[in-house]
Amino acid sequence: MIEQFFFYMFAIVAIVTAVLVISVRNPVHSAFYLIVCFLQVAAIFILLRSPFLAAVQVFIYVGAIMVLFLFAVLVLDIGREQFRERFHGQTVPALVAIAGLFVVMGILLVSGRITAPLGPFDEPALMKNTEVIGKSLYTSYIFPFEIVSILLLIALIGAVVLVMRERGKENKD
Amino acid sequence: MPDTSTIIEFILIIVKAGAIAMVLFGLPLPLTWLERKIAGHIQVRLGPYRVGPHGLLQPFADMIKLLMKEDIIPYKADKLLFVIAPLLAMVPAFAVFAAIPFGEKVTIPGLDYELTLYLSDMNVGILYILAMSGLGIYGIILGGWASNSKYSLLGGLRSSAQMISYEIAVSFAVIGVVMLANSLSLLDIVRAQGGNILHWNILYLPVGPVWFFIFIIGSTAEINRIPFDLPEDEGTLAAGFHTEYSGMKFAFFMLAEYIAMVTVSVLAVILFFGGWNAPFYIPLPIPPIFWFVAKVAFFIYLFMWVRFTLPRYRYDQLMNIGWKILLPLSLVNVLVTGLMRLYL
Repeated sequence: MIEQFFFYMFAIVAIVTAVLVISVRNPVHSAFYLIVCFLQVAAIFILLRSPFLAAVQVFIYVGAIMVLFLFAVLVLDIGREQFRERFHGQTVPALVAIAGLFVVMGILLVSGRITAPLGPFDEPALMKNTEVIGKSLYTSYIFPFEIVSILLLIALIGAVVLVMRERGKENKD
Repeated sequence: MPDTSTIIEFILIIVKAGAIAMVLFGLPLPLTWLERKIAGHIQVRLGPYRVGPHGLLQPFADMIKLLMKEDIIPYKADKLLFVIAPLLAMVPAFAVFAAIPFGEKVTIPGLDYELTLYLSDMNVGILYILAMSGLGIYGIILGGWASNSKYSLLGGLRSSAQMISYEIAVSFAVIGVVMLANSLSLLDIVRAQGGNILHWNILYLPVGPVWFFIFIIGSTAEINRIPFDLPEDEGTLAAGFHTEYSGMKFAFFMLAEYIAMVTVSVLAVILFFGGWNAPFYIPLPIPPIFWFVAKVAFFIYLFMWVRFTLPRYRYDQLMNIGWKILLPLSLVNVLVTGLMRLYL
């Protein structure tokens, strides 16, 4: 009962702030609402008995990625950058994507492939959470894990290459 | 209807949370006095001396001043963010203490009830602390931006760059300790260092001391203290991100900063100096909490000592230390620690 109350509280705040992210005109406010939204998602992870995921969500997304976001947004000239047109003609693709997501989630829910643990907190399962995640990442999910690592490595090298090309141009000038 | 033991536990959690919050609210009072006294003595002067004996009542005078001050919100500031920024800085600083253990169980004499000296023993305790203490940065960035002042904005920008650069090194240092203790729980980390001083992580040679220095340098940068206090560099940025803040809002920022210093001291003790374990066997009934408080006090003193001894780094030096020294060093150190754990 109490769990459901908290779930709806976090879920409603998450959805409201997510809508605010794309609808407010000031990019700094958008970033702020996105932070609030991420925190709600972390709270829902805790309700789903995944304290490790929750902590990582806050640590990586809220603690590092959003700081970089804000860093970029702050150096924009906010005065002129207040978006005149908010949705940039992306309304139709966005609606299609949302519809697709609903269909996929619906199928998964109806076929019972996504379930949420309910009832009283299971102490041992909770205490072994980190261990379980580590084991499944490095055994059954090692292939996707390695692919993601390569993807990140490519992105890293790409960033370095971009910076190096810029520097070359500067030297020519 | 829940049974009585659950209710007692529930009440105890509230009481403990309240007690921790009260201590944290009160702590900056003696700490500001101490900091100014230490500053005075290091610079061969007396420090505060007028209000009360040896200036002991000075913090209360300061508090009254801050309470009475006019609360100014700058023209064209972003009102909402300007008002909540101090809270964004302060709340995470308090929330960190939900996971910090101050000792093992103690039995209350007379009641025969076992009381745990921590709010919760989280399985992911250290991750939670890193995540929470990282949130405090938003108060600084958003406060700096919302003030609509160039000094504040630059202070906020600097602190975000600084925070990202040093968070990595601090996280690596924590990973090192986690590798030594095989657990993310702070209680287990302290238990792994039980026994005498030789079991403390700082003396896990040769990687222990390296981890400790990476941790302490990175944390000093993260809590914006000298020699890394560039976000509030008086010479170039007025007061940095809090230039436009006054009264209680300014006090909240100060409170957050002092609590962050206490947090880092506590973490240094838990991660590297054996927590509440005694350095060697002493045949006297000294409660473990004494060791804990004494060690933490030493680190707080160390931070103040450093503050009035070192000059401030330049911005490019700050970036060089973070990215070119601490980061490669921690990568090598992770490797060495891993090999030592596997083969020793």
